[in-house]
Amino acid sequence: MLYLFSKGETDESLYQEPASKPMTDHVAPENTIDVEALRAGDRAAFARVVSLYADRLYNLALKLTGDSLEADDVVQEALISAFKNIRHFEGRSHISTWLYRITHNAAMMRLRKKRVDTVSMDAPLQLDSGDMVPRQFFDWCCLPEKELVSSETAAYMEAAIQQLPEPLKEVFVLRDIEGLSTAETGEVLDLSIPAVKSRLHRARLFLREQLSEYFADHARGIDQ
Amino acid sequence: MTAQTAHNHSDKHKSCKELLGDLSLYIDGEAEADLCQEIEQHMADCENCRVVVDTLAKTVFLYHGLEHNRMPGEARRRLYKALDLSDYLDEPDPASSSTNRKADCP
Ligand SMILES: [Zn+2]
Repeated sequence: MLYLFSKGETDESLYQEPASKPMTDHVAPENTIDVEALRAGDRAAFARVVSLYADRLYNLALKLTGDSLEADDVVQEALISAFKNIRHFEGRSHISTWLYRITHNAAMMRLRKKRVDTVSMDAPLQLDSGDMVPRQFFDWCCLPEKELVSSETAAYMEAAIQQLPEPLKEVFVLRDIEGLSTAETGEVLDLSIPAVKSRLHRARLFLREQLSEYFADHARGIDQ
Repeated sequence: MTAQTAHNHSDKHKSCKELLGDLSLYIDGEAEADLCQEIEQHMADCENCRVVVDTLAKTVFLYHGLEHNRMPGEARRRLYKALDLSDYLDEPDPASSSTNRKADCP
């Protein structure tokens, strides 16, 4: 259901394009996307965008919401509103950055709405005062490949992402999962470069702790 | 109140805690030469920091390799329908799918 951007409610700022020049693309051959055709409402051009980016946007939405059904809805809402607002896209930044931005906003709106609906309060985020001193010093970096990349480990890694506070999670997912640059991540999230770097670092330290604990338990299990 | 006690350490030039904030710069290859050297010298003397750096780099490496979730088929059908693009659903884009042949041909 499309309720976010019904007539007269569109928040134009959501579709504002970052002012910077396009950067190196790492995601898809988007120079093959015909922006003019998109702006002219060409269905084939839309279909191409969906074909190229639906999975990427889904991956982002799934990581942000932690729920596959929510993620489906988020991608749907995001693409519908992106196409409705295609006039705001002028090709100054990559279309992928613009789509990530709209998808991120759609996901955040859903999460906020969900929080309003539930009684519980947000967990405190402790972005700046949080303690990031390492506690785990088990050296697992040279464990055999087979242990490091098992499906069990992958599931644990996914779950660990969900434990990150949102401001850290969104930066981590865009940078280290989706592979956006620091500058692109800043554009998607309206964050300065130092803020992106600092949040990314905190997210990584947090995940390192989680993985260290996991591999230490694992190693103990194997020894015994 | 935090773990100060565990890190009440000695007379190294920069403490573990002071270097900690720069470790992502280091593993991303973005640390200036001075900082890079300082971190490497510190790691040579400090096993804990050496482990933190190595496992932090490995953490990032593993997440870079984590398989991306793809949109399930049913959800994809719903999406194309909602976008009124169902007639394009059965045209997989070679560039978007790792299972397809490379799109070398024009
Ligand atoms: Zn140290």
